[in-house]
Amino acid sequence: MFTPDLVDALDGSDALTKRRHAAADRAVATGMPSFTEEVWRYTPIDDLDAGLYAFGAPGGAAGPPGLMAGVDGDAAAVVHITNGAVVDVSVQADGVRVSTLGAGADDLIGTVAPEGPDVFGDWNLALTSAPVVVSIDPKAVLAAPIVVHVHTDVEGLTWFPRLVVMAGRTSQATVIEHHTGGESPALICPLTELSVADGAHLGHVTVQELGGAAWQIANLCSDVGRDANLRIGHVAMGGAYARARIGTDMTGRGGHSEIDAVYFGRDNSTLDFRTFQTHVAPHTTSDLLFKGAVDDHARAVYTGLIRIEADASQVVANQTNRNLKLSPNAWAESVPNLEIENNDVQCSHASSIGPVDADQRFYLESRGVPTDVAEALVVRGFFDEVLDALPSEQISASVRQRIDELVSDAYFAVAVR
Amino acid sequence: MNGNSTHTLRIEGLCASAGGQDILQGVNLEVSSGRVHAVMGPNGSGKSTLAHVVMGRPGYEVTGGSVTLDGVDVLSLAPWERAQAGLFLAMQHPTEVPGVSAAQALAEALALRAGDDIPSVEQLERTRGLLEAEAAAVGLTAELVARPLNVDMSGGEKKRNETVQLAVLQPRIAILDEIDSGLDIDALRACANRIEALTEAGLGVLAITHFTRVLEYLRPDEVHVIVDGRIVDSGGPELADALEEDGYAPYLPEEPDVGVAVSIGGIGSSLAAEAGPSPAEDPFADPWADPLDELG
Repeated sequence: MFTPDLVDALDGSDALTKRRHAAADRAVATGMPSFTEEVWRYTPIDDLDAGLYAFGAPGGAAGPPGLMAGVDGDAAAVVHITNGAVVDVSVQADGVRVSTLGAGADDLIGTVAPEGPDVFGDWNLALTSAPVVVSIDPKAVLAAPIVVHVHTDVEGLTWFPRLVVMAGRTSQATVIEHHTGGESPALICPLTELSVADGAHLGHVTVQELGGAAWQIANLCSDVGRDANLRIGHVAMGGAYARARIGTDMTGRGGHSEIDAVYFGRDNSTLDFRTFQTHVAPHTTSDLLFKGAVDDHARAVYTGLIRIEADASQVVANQTNRNLKLSPNAWAESVPNLEIENNDVQCSHASSIGPVDADQRFYLESRGVPTDVAEALVVRGFFDEVLDALPSEQISASVRQRIDELVSDAYFAVAVR
Repeated sequence: MNGNSTHTLRIEGLCASAGGQDILQGVNLEVSSGRVHAVMGPNGSGKSTLAHVVMGRPGYEVTGGSVTLDGVDVLSLAPWERAQAGLFLAMQHPTEVPGVSAAQALAEALALRAGDDIPSVEQLERTRGLLEAEAAAVGLTAELVARPLNVDMSGGEKKRNETVQLAVLQPRIAILDEIDSGLDIDALRACANRIEALTEAGLGVLAITHFTRVLEYLRPDEVHVIVDGRIVDSGGPELADALEEDGYAPYLPEEPDVGVAVSIGGIGSSLAAEAGPSPAEDPFADPWADPLDELG
């Protein structure tokens, strides 16, 4: 359960504590959401009983490498945050700094998202016990990624990971956020802020491979400056209910953002994505591609909004969501939306939900490829373009291999084929 | 796969419908190793349907007749089993398969033919090499044949890519569904020469086409005319010449109201469609055919 009185037990500057209380008051005033609200439509949010989870920061050991095997070795910096506590920080490269609560982080929390964007975002500010700020110096060019591991393995724990990335002017860097967990229930509500200064190039990848009993309600907020470039990758593989609300605010003229997501839902999981491509400044562009498969009884929800504000002329914004249903009991919904207040723009959106394309399967079969192999090839091929688009080749490679395994499992009931 | 033995695809009394509409109404044809048969006919005559039904494309219902390959009942086989048995369909509109290369797909097929469940790295490399060599034979670059199947390829490139796969797979009998559409004269010559070489090595060919142009290169042993889902005439190459002269008019019923013979798409000319029925009025319009492509 999360309540405002928990704020007093947390560390941080007086200014931060004051903001925490204000956030908690907002959260209490807002109350818990219901699926009757549009942004929570199609979700099991009414099943959430926050009273079943205990707030805390017990810490613990670092999580398993999972899809990140081999990435840490030559990383620019590696941070481990486990069960609400920062348990390890190591910085290997110049040009990047990692700060924590009471040690430089306090004033930077809320740089991009001073409030919200929803009640869980407000609770995150109020109750985050282990915020981490990654600052990339202006002009710094980091070839290797910065890796933040977020692990939860205490049964029934609820906590609020917060990561703030400050990419300085004309810097170049990639940050990978890796969420892992045990098989026991937990409620994790992360909030990530990405501040991309003028001319900076930032890549950010979330790799979510939580256990099957975990609930995750995540927010990602970003601000893209003048002539800056933000590439967001999102990989969602686990969780009982895993939601990611991803927003890109294009506030600087000439900025570009790209969001590419790969998801694969199995068993009874629900994967929920809400995207907001908000164009405030003119001459900004954004591209979004979400591709996922649902198998077994899994569900996937995608709702996306491209919003063009009145001053944002000469904007190009695209949004595509494609879903493959691998089982008759799987379910997916896709709701693209446009809100345009300027006529001088080019926007497109497309979405699809369906089984493996019969023509593609037949084409491969007509070459002599057995039906199940043909379908498996089509499913793997379906993910190809979005895997290629992820802003980390290492992650692309490991996720591609995981998808091969999942497809093999789905079609041949073997680990790898 | 051709070997020295003779293989025979036998189509007898084949009837098929699509969307509740009867399209094939008793087709008889026999194609054996090393022989080239051309099937020609006007729009909506059932040409493409014949190709699809023999290969087992979903969406058609076989309502009568039989298809056998060396005595084996083809119609009871899944499409991939038909391909493994030695049939190949070069498609009129090859499907784009994002993220899947020809090497991946063909390596699966060839591994299975060799009795292996999963293609080995060597088989994959070998398939890749075969594809590159065959691509060069029809003027395709190695880069193009390495792409995801048919993705970002022009119509002509797709047709050449079909020929490349045909040559790599070396089936017993190949059905070519309008292999000539979308090909320029050089590409047509290159593809036809490759196919002709394969027929000399024993490949049996069933070439479905609108136009006699491709037949100058494929040089059929027999030409069949299909109208309203039936083979209405068969003969030697001279029959194609007659069609070039007269079109399909001699085979078509007279329009009851107008009383003029209908000529659809004078062969080799797009100008001769004088009084062709619009697709909506044509009771035998093939719902699977692309009207633009059919009109050449």
